[in-house]
Amino acid sequence: MNTHKTLALAALLAALGAPAALAQIRIGATLAETGPAGALGDPEARTLRLLVEQINAAGGVLGEPLELVLYDDGGDPNNARTFATRLVEHDEVVAIIGGTTTGTSLAIRSVAEEEEIPFISLAGGIEIIDPVQPFTFKTPHTDRMACEKIFEDMQAQGIARIGMISGTDGFGASMRTQCLSVAEAYGITVAADESYAPGDADMVPQLTNIRNTEGLQAVLNPGFGAGPAIVTRNYRQLGIDLPLYQSHGVAGQAFIDLSGAENAEGVRLPGTALLIADQLAGDDAQREAVVAYRDAYVGRYNEPVSTFGGYAHDALAILVDALTRNGEADPDPVDLREAIEATSGLVGTTGIYSFSAEDHLGLDLSAFRLLEIRNGGWTPVQ
Amino acid sequence: MKPKHLSLLVLTLLVVAAPFFFPSGFYYRIGALIFINAIAVTGLVILIGYAGQISLGHAGFAGIGAYACALAPEHLGLPPVAAILLGTALSAALAWLVGKPILRLHGYYLGVATLGLGILISMVLSNEAQWTGGPDGIAVPDLGLRGLLRDLGWRIGAGELWYGLAGTVMILGAWLALNLFDSPTGRALRALHGSEVAARTMGIDVARHKLHAFVVSAVYASVSGSLLALMNRLITPDVAGFMHSVQMVTMAVLGGVGSVLGAIFGATILTALPQLLTVFHQYEHMVLGLVMILVMIFLPDGLLPSLMKRLRGRDGE
Repeated sequence: MNTHKTLALAALLAALGAPAALAQIRIGATLAETGPAGALGDPEARTLRLLVEQINAAGGVLGEPLELVLYDDGGDPNNARTFATRLVEHDEVVAIIGGTTTGTSLAIRSVAEEEEIPFISLAGGIEIIDPVQPFTFKTPHTDRMACEKIFEDMQAQGIARIGMISGTDGFGASMRTQCLSVAEAYGITVAADESYAPGDADMVPQLTNIRNTEGLQAVLNPGFGAGPAIVTRNYRQLGIDLPLYQSHGVAGQAFIDLSGAENAEGVRLPGTALLIADQLAGDDAQREAVVAYRDAYVGRYNEPVSTFGGYAHDALAILVDALTRNGEADPDPVDLREAIEATSGLVGTTGIYSFSAEDHLGLDLSAFRLLEIRNGGWTPVQ
Repeated sequence: MKPKHLSLLVLTLLVVAAPFFFPSGFYYRIGALIFINAIAVTGLVILIGYAGQISLGHAGFAGIGAYACALAPEHLGLPPVAAILLGTALSAALAWLVGKPILRLHGYYLGVATLGLGILISMVLSNEAQWTGGPDGIAVPDLGLRGLLRDLGWRIGAGELWYGLAGTVMILGAWLALNLFDSPTGRALRALHGSEVAARTMGIDVARHKLHAFVVSAVYASVSGSLLALMNRLITPDVAGFMHSVQMVTMAVLGGVGSVLGAIFGATILTALPQLLTVFHQYEHMVLGLVMILVMIFLPDGLLPSLMKRLRGRDGE
């Protein structure tokens, strides 16, 4: 009996305390595989696992295999901070990828900056890299860029007066603020400004207010998760015939399935090349990277790729590229940071990255593609 | 030596000795989290264990303490230490105001009323984005203690500092709670826990004592929230969320809600277990639920008191 207890205790201690072998390059990740942002974190985690396997099968980086240490923070910043500390202090990783949401990214960032470990975030919020912090980078476009891309298209169509309906979740609230602040630069007036909570099941009252506002020419819906799908369905039920714009937060097959292809018909949103892999021109610079990732992902998991998995793909690609250029299997974190900052012309699924000391996002608006949903699929707007 | 002093001695020894067994700096972070959770759970021991009143909304008070530390330095120019005190004052005032009517309720009704209070606070924190930064949270200013120590010539890591600081506050909190246990107020609380009618017959002002217990436990939760905010340097409305409230009650019940040491033990297990279970994190909630069910069935007094009883029983044989 006592032996059993001792053994069980020893096993528990070993599970927590075992230091791992060092002949590998360890990459840390903390993602929201479960929880409210699970729809984003799950493809991110799957992508990292798949790519690390692929890289190792092809001989690793600098002749050493990669080891991925991945934790599920459930989207809770307090957990994310604990896991980030664990990755740095206990697992001794060379860099951290992660932070599915802006909140968790900010929590990880403070650890990364304190401990001076390179960190590549997968979240949209502009505050992650603005002002620039030395060790923090990110791969997705900011919500401000999404607003700019949408407003560019509106401007081209002569739309000057719009209604907005935003989620009050972190993503929706942040994008709403950014859109309001850049609207004027594009000569756009936001004449109706409605909101809904993440759990709401019906947006008819807010949309009725929008319908009753005089002189609107289009409606914009910043949000992610189920909310935008409900907005889209209610929008059609109310028979509103203005153009509907969604954000990059719903750039995945799940949105079309949830709202129904007939309801989503004609919806426009800024997305990445990943969603239109087959429609890319043969000489498109991103075509090769996008098709390779998509085929690998669909082949393994038998589900469509999403923009979010693409963010993780790009983060790992940037890291591997920097590790290779730095040339050391046990890199000094400061050297690795320099190598990441020197990234130039790296082709990812989201865009082509070139970092600099002032720009830790490294993308411009051209990487964003304006898409329209047609017949339940994505079509680039010319 | 009185059992009270023995408890405190054991606790202090554990806090001081544990770092000698830490294989890496990460364990200081886990230790500090355990202590911060234990502070809130000690407050719940006073409310649930001593006075027999349930609360499913104490994370709300942790939220008030946390956001006081984020907002008061920025808007009122208070130093963070004063912000902690402001948070406790606000939490105590709110607990007193709300506690007056809702502590008339019993059992499930009290549980639901406190649940509502917690949810209200968390909704305010996530919806008033112009003040609180919304669901993405808000940065919290530095406590400044590390800089102060550095100026005094003592360089110390953030992990070690917060381990020491949270540990000290937890021991202080445990000391106060243990003192309360044998005081006239503590005896009155335990009497009304046993039977409100009997307590009233003995001349105990039941409503006033319940309210005191509620306010004191809100202060514990608020301090715990403040420390969490100052340690993490970032706070989101999750700190006031329903799951955090449930987590606190679970920690208290698991370890033994009638005993301060037991509750701290519960906080230790439920904070450390998810770190052990990262390998099977999909099953984490299942394992926690299973542990909870088994403890309620086989060790209804909670882990520590039941184990102590077992041990004492064996000694007597």
